[in-house]
Amino acid sequence: MQKVKRLSQNQIFWPLVVFVSILLLNGIATKGAFFEFKIVDGHLYGRIIDIIRNGGKLMILAIGMTMALATGGTDISVGSVMAISGAVACSIVDGRIFPGLGGNAGVAIMMALLAGLACGAWNGFLVAKVKMQPIVATMILLVAGRGIAQLITQGKIVTIGINPAINPINPSIYYFINGGYILGLPFPLMIVIFFFLLALLFTKRTAFGLFVESIGVNSAASSFTGINVDLVKLLIYTFSGFMASVAGLIESAGIKAADCNNAGLLIELDAILAVAVGGGSLAGGRFSIASSIVGALIIQSVTTSLLAMGVVPQAALVAKSLVVIAICLAQSKSFKEAISSRFRKGAQA
Amino acid sequence: MPNAEPVITMRGVKKSFPGAMALKGVDFTLQKGEIHALLGENGAGKSTLIKILTGVYERDQGEILLDGTPIHPRNPQDAQKIGISCVHQEINLCPNLTVAENIFIGREPMKFGAIDWKTVNKKSYEIMKGFGLDIDVTKTADSYSAAIQQMVVIARATEISAKVLVLDEPTSSLTAVEAKKLFDTMRALKEKGAGIIFVTHFLDQVYEVSDSITILRGGEYVGTYKASELPKIELVAKMIGKEYKELDEANVRSGKAVSGEPFLSVEDASSSEISDVSLVARKEEVLGLSGLLGSGRTEIARMIFGVDPALSGTIKVKGQKVKIKSALSAMRLGMAFCPEERKKEGIIGDLSIRENIVLALQAKRGIFHLVPRAEAERLADLYIEKLAIKTPSREQSIKNLSGGNQQKAIVARWLAANPELLILDEPTRGIDIGAKAELQKLVITLAGGGMAIIFISSEIDEMLRCCQRMVVLRDKSIAGELDGDISESRIMSFIAGGADSAKS
Repeated sequence: MQKVKRLSQNQIFWPLVVFVSILLLNGIATKGAFFEFKIVDGHLYGRIIDIIRNGGKLMILAIGMTMALATGGTDISVGSVMAISGAVACSIVDGRIFPGLGGNAGVAIMMALLAGLACGAWNGFLVAKVKMQPIVATMILLVAGRGIAQLITQGKIVTIGINPAINPINPSIYYFINGGYILGLPFPLMIVIFFFLLALLFTKRTAFGLFVESIGVNSAASSFTGINVDLVKLLIYTFSGFMASVAGLIESAGIKAADCNNAGLLIELDAILAVAVGGGSLAGGRFSIASSIVGALIIQSVTTSLLAMGVVPQAALVAKSLVVIAICLAQSKSFKEAISSRFRKGAQA
Repeated sequence: MPNAEPVITMRGVKKSFPGAMALKGVDFTLQKGEIHALLGENGAGKSTLIKILTGVYERDQGEILLDGTPIHPRNPQDAQKIGISCVHQEINLCPNLTVAENIFIGREPMKFGAIDWKTVNKKSYEIMKGFGLDIDVTKTADSYSAAIQQMVVIARATEISAKVLVLDEPTSSLTAVEAKKLFDTMRALKEKGAGIIFVTHFLDQVYEVSDSITILRGGEYVGTYKASELPKIELVAKMIGKEYKELDEANVRSGKAVSGEPFLSVEDASSSEISDVSLVARKEEVLGLSGLLGSGRTEIARMIFGVDPALSGTIKVKGQKVKIKSALSAMRLGMAFCPEERKKEGIIGDLSIRENIVLALQAKRGIFHLVPRAEAERLADLYIEKLAIKTPSREQSIKNLSGGNQQKAIVARWLAANPELLILDEPTRGIDIGAKAELQKLVITLAGGGMAIIFISSEIDEMLRCCQRMVVLRDKSIAGELDGDISESRIMSFIAGGADSAKS
């Protein structure tokens, strides 16, 4: 009993409970079809695999967003940075920019990641050095980022690899980012695991995690203890921008095109929501990357299952918001207390 | 006061907060046409008394009479309606609105269902002229200096109700010239028959404008005096709670005269907040920075620790010239600084005691040299025991501790970083007597163990107990240094303003 209680106090406990119940509900609604796995050509297919593959972007973003929120800030530019990253990569593969590279997918990926680092560093500069409020600082790229992406693609949707006559380069390496499999599992999951472990290592094996939490709780006191608050913030926004560029690569590889208007549109809200649903505080302080990833999975599974149940996409957004409210209430300590005291009162009466 | 006619009479006012008695039965009488200074140290109860008068707090006991009728203001608006206005330290204007809009905000004269701007501007101009200010009232408030803005606040307050005006530290954001202007305004209002309560920590200003002085100490009423009949040094003595005669007797502290080598020496250093500081902190010695609140003690500490880095002058550590640009560089030179505002600048509330204690050491070592969990636990346990921090476990959030225990944990944080110079700014403020004594003992023990300590406190008793040498500050500059022959009367004569007041 003591063990269960301690377990339930862990931040990740309730998000996991919610995630598992969503999966179970889906299983009941589909009479078990939800849990079916098929192996085709040594690759796993199934609804759960879909959720993981489609949720890859969100999980990646949630890792960066968790850190930004933990310092008491936020990064609302991630969707636009995704668009920039996709635009850079696809335009290079397409030979539209830097034709001298010959459409090398590997170089294209490197350049897209560099663009993400640069965007993140810009955000970090505005927040840490210029001391702008994070929401305003990152709003600049939120708005301007899509314009920059349009400039890179010259205002077109850059599709890659459809017509070998126009685009002689085989972009299959690029497709692999979203569609590839390793050991039967989708490649986006590998990317998530890689960055999750990297972030975990960096926050737990160095003092970075402690410094981030300390800054999130009390930034003034942290700088009095000698923590380089500005540097930590700069690193975090740079990291968040980098994560966004990774997500942008997954997205554009999935649709085999860079669509500057729609890539990652409004996904920053889902990323913030993923952290909140994972039980993280938006006011800064304690954070758990694992919980945020579960939060991202919850959001993705809600979206996927609503669509699978035949809810039209427009209505699905409303349904999703209702589900999110319910999830947040279910995790709220004071709400649970209020409910249980209501029940107790009812029992007495 | 010949035709004394009280406008406010407070009798036996009591107020307690959870865990503390803020006012223990205070009497206070304000006459019409009088500027009455309300003085006392930090925590003496001045602001509580004012907040009761202006309806921010409700009193527990006692009565307040306005023109002989009992009153019970429930909120500041209530108080304003019956004629009591308060002007706070921070200038409380909407900077983006015009002066006229600020004066009439919330009670604009109407005409045909719309605001009558003509009257607003015309009346505002007349009001400001009445204060001797011929200004364009249609310009925004922030286009004027702090003094004029403060005057606009006072004009608004007196426009609403002119019977009683409370000025709470009104000059703290003003320059000396601006303050003079404000005093003229105060005198003009006095002529009109208003009663003014003046709260300030600038003693010179008290004597410049006040007719009478009421002193509070530790929530108790000490007395009311005519300003002309109370010498400054006696005033300070009453604020601090020592009879003047008692002070004047050579109350020399028999501090041990030993001091180690100089660890830190500051020569003619200036930061953005304070200028021309020279002092030396030695090993095995507690150096006190004495002076009233706002006299520049904290500013010196912040300069030394690189929070407001020195812009000119020389700072030497162990004889080596150094540049201290940030807290981290000060720490790397072996310094530590417990700031004054424990909640804002000290504790990291949501983190555990262990994390709070290890934080400075971790920052000193750098991001990539994580203090291992076992070492952190050992350090936390060590200091919890050594400083007798009362907590169920080292994993407790520090915000759940009492003030004294929080302070001990912050001191532990710095001791864990193993400093050679420890700067303590008001380490015992707001903590209970027991923890206070323990901290004082700790300071003396640490100095005995070879550490250099700079100790800042508003409590003279505490300073005398702990310090071997003392630098006294007044109005953001060093008024003098006391070595060996430290006595309360000498400190106070420096605080009060040099040799001339010491004579009286």
